Amino acid sequence: MMNNNRRLEILVGLFMIAGFVAFAFLAIKVSGLTTLNNSDTYQVFADFTNIGDLKVRAPVTVAGVTIGRVSSIILDPKTYEARVTLEIENNTKNIPTDSTANIFTAGLLGSNYISITPGFSDVFLKSGDTIENTNQAMILQNIVGQLMYNLNKKE
Amino acid sequence: MIEKIRQLGEKGLDFCESFGYSGMILIRSIIRKPDLKHGFRGLVEQLYNEGILSLIIIMVSALFIGMVLGLQGYNILEKFGTTQALGQLIALSIARELGPVVTALLFAGRAGSALTAEIGLMKATEQLSCMEMMAVDPLHRVIAPRFWAGFISMPVLATIFSAIAIYGGYLVGVKWLGVDSGAFWSNMQATVDFRIDVVNGIIKSFVFGFVATWIAVFQGYNCVPTSEGISRATTRSVVYSSLSVLGLDFILTALMVGGW
Repeated sequence: MMNNNRRLEILVGLFMIAGFVAFAFLAIKVSGLTTLNNSDTYQVFADFTNIGDLKVRAPVTVAGVTIGRVSSIILDPKTYEARVTLEIENNTKNIPTDSTANIFTAGLLGSNYISITPGFSDVFLKSGDTIENTNQAMILQNIVGQLMYNLNKKE
Repeated sequence: MIEKIRQLGEKGLDFCESFGYSGMILIRSIIRKPDLKHGFRGLVEQLYNEGILSLIIIMVSALFIGMVLGLQGYNILEKFGTTQALGQLIALSIARELGPVVTALLFAGRAGSALTAEIGLMKATEQLSCMEMMAVDPLHRVIAPRFWAGFISMPVLATIFSAIAIYGGYLVGVKWLGVDSGAFWSNMQATVDFRIDVVNGIIKSFVFGFVATWIAVFQGYNCVPTSEGISRATTRSVVYSSLSVLGLDFILTALMVGGW
């Protein structure tokens, strides 16, 4: 009887451990939790005249390497510009203050992301700073529209 | 005509009454001073019955569901030349929806029906009344450990289901159909968010475990103590829990998509 109970408890223990292992698999391997810890990031702002299709959680890159994510997008009620908050990892501290933030599209029809082109200043961005130089999102329809307009003008 | 309306009202009153009664039973069986020494043994026993014995069916169906998703997803994505997105397709659909819902349906069929039949038979053979005669509260001795075991084991089963189903998709997509392994995992990790996708799926499985076990336990406790009554109660237990799992899934998804 005692032996039987012990076996039962061991089996249940194994069952719970299997649950935790599966949870760890989901957390680390599937959702990639280790790649970005929210605790060691700092916030930088950027104002865009048009953010196109940019979404919260879109990646922020320098030279194609992801260094952070977009954490919020709000409309500035006075300037009618979009104020984007960037969460940047602490191990990339040295972004010059005169860097330029662009909104690019991954592939032809992919999702939008923010690319930061570093400037030449010796002063680096701190938490709470704003990136002054920004280029708005390239919107495919506008580009096609301009192209059509120019082609018509030449004829 | 009047008779029909009267019957309708009676049905509604019956429904309200059984809903209230089931709530009372739930509250009376789970809110009380916990008896750690004896309660723990009963809980372990029920965890074995409801969790470990359901493990085989959960694991096998998870593997096949993951493999089927891999095949179907690959065939559709191949038309657009984006087979790299297979990883995120499989992981998102399983972690958000299929994991909790299919596990809950299987759980209701495997463990819930067994619970109802067991408690129903205890009632039919007057074991529950015997306990009351011996001043042992059957709600505490029989219902509570079964309810807690279901509530605990359902999320564990759902997590195991999700992990195995994603692995099944990996087997078909990467090992068989030749999707690049690095793209499979990295695309998955880039899209799946821990808080929004994984944790919300687990919250869902807690809710489903609560509802499915509650219904199973109540149907057993409330059944007509005859062999026909037990069979009806078992059927009702599976039907009601499946329906409420699917209905609740819609409500929960609406809440979660709505940015909760």
